[in-house]
Amino acid sequence: MKKEFYNIAKLITKNSKILDVGCGNGELMKYITENISKDIRGIELSKLNVQKCVEKGLTVIEGNAEKDLKQFPDSSFDFVILSQTLQAFLDPENVLNELLRIGKKAIVSIPNFGHWKVRLHLLLKGTMPVTENLPNEWYNTPNLHMCTIKDFENYCEQRNIKINLKNLKFQNLFSELGIFILEK
Amino acid sequence: MSEKDKIKTLLVKKPLKLDCGQTISDFPLAYETYGKLNDKKNNAILVFHALTGDQFASGINPITKKDGWWNYALGPDKAIDTNKYFVIAANVIGGCMGSFGPSDINPETKKPFGTNFPVITINDMVNAQYNLLEYFKIEKLFCVIGGSMGGMQVLQFVSNFPDKAHTAIPIACTASHSAQNIALNELGRQSIMADRNWQDGFYEEQNKQPDKGLAVARMAAHITYLSKAGLQEKFGRKLQERDDLKFSFDADFQIESYLRYQGSVFVDRFDANSYLYITRAMDYFDLTKKFGGNLSKAFEKSDTKFFVISFTSDWLYPTSENREIVIALNAIGKNVGFVEITSDKGHDSFLLNVPDFLNTVKNFLNKSYEKIS
Repeated sequence: MKKEFYNIAKLITKNSKILDVGCGNGELMKYITENISKDIRGIELSKLNVQKCVEKGLTVIEGNAEKDLKQFPDSSFDFVILSQTLQAFLDPENVLNELLRIGKKAIVSIPNFGHWKVRLHLLLKGTMPVTENLPNEWYNTPNLHMCTIKDFENYCEQRNIKINLKNLKFQNLFSELGIFILEK
Repeated sequence: MSEKDKIKTLLVKKPLKLDCGQTISDFPLAYETYGKLNDKKNNAILVFHALTGDQFASGINPITKKDGWWNYALGPDKAIDTNKYFVIAANVIGGCMGSFGPSDINPETKKPFGTNFPVITINDMVNAQYNLLEYFKIEKLFCVIGGSMGGMQVLQFVSNFPDKAHTAIPIACTASHSAQNIALNELGRQSIMADRNWQDGFYEEQNKQPDKGLAVARMAAHITYLSKAGLQEKFGRKLQERDDLKFSFDADFQIESYLRYQGSVFVDRFDANSYLYITRAMDYFDLTKKFGGNLSKAFEKSDTKFFVISFTSDWLYPTSENREIVIALNAIGKNVGFVEITSDKGHDSFLLNVPDFLNTVKNFLNKSYEKIS
């Protein structure tokens, strides 16, 4: 399992109620089910991934986070997880609002466009950065709304969204990934 | 052993009050079982059949000598593995495979009920089948499962008996029959009733059969079970055993010949009045009605884990209607999974060899069973 998932899992309270938005093949959900809380379910867009989750015995709904979060009542989960997909939504602002409506807390991770490698790439090569974490070219990237950790913090501050945790010091320059716990 | 002796029947003594107001008692409920009930009695699955199905879901149907309707999904080592699970399937009341139906003899007139048979509902069908739990002394089913009208019975069962099933798999169904669904059923009913042999429903006492009407009803319905793409791929404009058009009303096209064949084999195994009664029951199905239009309320008391399945090319019970069930369950925080299976085989996908579907059912059942056993 990738390190990001261990870091996310550490933030979750035992036996809490969790929704994993864009749960992929269920790797993180499976780890959480076995170690932290059995009360977890996921939403996933890919049919293949949904079937992989079912194979693991996980509860998953095939659906699209941009459309299908509205069916959940306010504060119906203790934690809502969104791992590295915020930047790929057409309307990330709406998704973020929905996460904070249905979850008492939202754990959101973003690929950091402010990482020094990204900055250096653009500065020296003059082309859109391609890194391990951002492997796609400009023409085929799913990422529509790239931001930096600083951008995201500024955004949350403007909207009165509380950030309870930032993953590292000097994070904007040195973290490839930002992981945040958000609260309304 | 005569044909009818091959049908297992539970005589339900307990009175059953039907939605139409009438009460029936001492009525036959025909059923079949597959696999073995274990000592803990926690491996039982109740399978509900669709409009023209029956209790013979697996193996060879001893009456029609054809394959059981769910042979792809149900049997030893299959998705619903009868080496592991004890499967019960019953013929719905109103049906024509041994359960109480319109061709039974009315004790008052000593003639078949015909259209004097009471109008039944999905609720009545499910309440009748509940007697099987008592008969087999099963405290709680492992699963209730069914497609199409079988899926409607799954939803009704969980709503009526919220603590009697660990898991529920409604497939390719709806919680409320749409105007289009009702319209298509009415087309079939009118076709039967327009057949002069129908005789207001009393054809049996006159030794007549409205075969033409029933065949046309089946032909029309059969189209709704397939997808446009599936039909086009299989038949296109291919001609039936001829090189060119005949400029007549013969079955020039393969699709015409195929539909005529489907109609003709159907009348050998199905009763026209049963077709009227069962389609009526489907049209009356609206699980939200009792709950002021709020589907969530139908499931409020349930502790059942749901898994809803739909198919991409099913336009009869489309994904959007299956999703309504998921939305209603999520709105009250119930445990529900959902997947839309890719298939060009239309509504009939749940009856056919669609590996993604069969694997999904198998995985869901086996993983859920690990948790309860």
